[in-house]
Amino acid sequence: QAMDQDKALEVYDIIRTIRDPEKPNTLEELEVVTENCVEVQEIGEDEYLVIIRFTPTVPHCSLATLIGLCLRIKLQRCLPFRHKLEIYITEGTHSTEEDINKQINDKERVAAAMENPNLREIVEQCVTEPD
Amino acid sequence: MGRGQDWGRGCAVRRAVPAGPLWSCRAVLGEGHQRTVRRVAWSPCGNYLASASFDATTCIWKKQEDGFECITTLEGHENEVKSVAWAPSGTLLATCSRDKSVWVWEVDEEEEYECVSVLNSHTQDVKHVVWHPNQELLASASYDDTVKLYREEEDDWVCCATLEGHQSTVWSVAFDCSGERLASCSDDRTVRVWQRYRPGNQHGVACSGAEPTWKCVCNLSGYHTRTIYDVAWCHLTGALATACGDDAIRVFEEGTGGTEQEPSFSLAAHHLCVWRALVTLHCSASVLSTSVEAEPSLRKRPRVSFSRHMSLMARAVFPVSFLE
Repeated sequence: QAMDQDKALEVYDIIRTIRDPEKPNTLEELEVVTENCVEVQEIGEDEYLVIIRFTPTVPHCSLATLIGLCLRIKLQRCLPFRHKLEIYITEGTHSTEEDINKQINDKERVAAAMENPNLREIVEQCVTEPD
Repeated sequence: MGRGQDWGRGCAVRRAVPAGPLWSCRAVLGEGHQRTVRRVAWSPCGNYLASASFDATTCIWKKQEDGFECITTLEGHENEVKSVAWAPSGTLLATCSRDKSVWVWEVDEEEEYECVSVLNSHTQDVKHVVWHPNQELLASASYDDTVKLYREEEDDWVCCATLEGHQSTVWSVAFDCSGERLASCSDDRTVRVWQRYRPGNQHGVACSGAEPTWKCVCNLSGYHTRTIYDVAWCHLTGALATACGDDAIRVFEEGTGGTEQEPSFSLAAHHLCVWRALVTLHCSASVLSTSVEAEPSLRKRPRVSFSRHMSLMARAVFPVSFLE
């Protein structure tokens, strides 16, 4: 299925400025996300499937899920077109990637996590654009 | 579950006004929970409402003349309660949670609730619990990809069956009106229908001791393009309805071409999805998983093709009729 390059760039523009939860760098600077890690396919009239494959810097489970959460939340808020989102850890970069992928794509887990004030605070700091 | 929407903190109770088609909001129960209310369930008698919340509690509300009063709060789960369900008898209640457990509660005539069992059979979050329509049998759906069944045995509750087969989280289950069948829906984008076989059954299905076996007799695959969050089995018509993350509701009806051991479900042509053809799929009980890839398309007629390993069996076992 043909990739929509423009839409993919639109997505990348939103996610590249997300800050890493631990380091004072953006996900782009740390190469956690790259232009090529975004895939966008049209799945209906004005509706797109967005797939992101990110590479965490360290093999630490909680940070990977946190990055997944940041990606999801920022796109939910900022992406202007109708979309369904799938987020995955780049294969081979993590020991429990299947577990992490399942967590970050479970919308109930995501919703519950965002109600946790501590997690929410961290996510807000990572996704909020500096003035 | 909409895009960017927060699930509400309160329960709004709406009661139908008999005179006309309009619904009016009779009560807003905003003080019971501190976090998302995930599920609500009416008691069989209609006088009580149970609400399950991400705040790890379950509230029981009693209908009063001018509203609802929270008469008790069931505590014990370690984190989000995902579901609550009343048994048909009205004296039992089940709750389940991300803490992997299912709790069974008993209520007496004095409206006293007591936890009678904590079931730790699942290895991951339990998404949903559902009672059998006419027996004290409980089913649970889990993030661990299984469905489990529980019943009472000598003063305690035990897990009497585990239904394996789904490749990802099972979000919901539903019994048919007889209770001999169970439908489950999953993140793996399939719906499975399970049939109960009792010991000594005529179909040669092996049972362990006196325990019935549940066998998957149908796998509806290729219809849904994203996670299936809910399934409902109409006790009147036998129709199956599904709620899917691809924004569509699908209704399946059992066709006359199948048998009890090999039911045939077809997608009803009149539902709101864009299918313009009726695809009939016969699922053989001897093959555990079937796969008919039907390509969903907004504008074109759906094409039906078989996955390679099934094509040899297709003619004999899987007649597919494509009607317009």
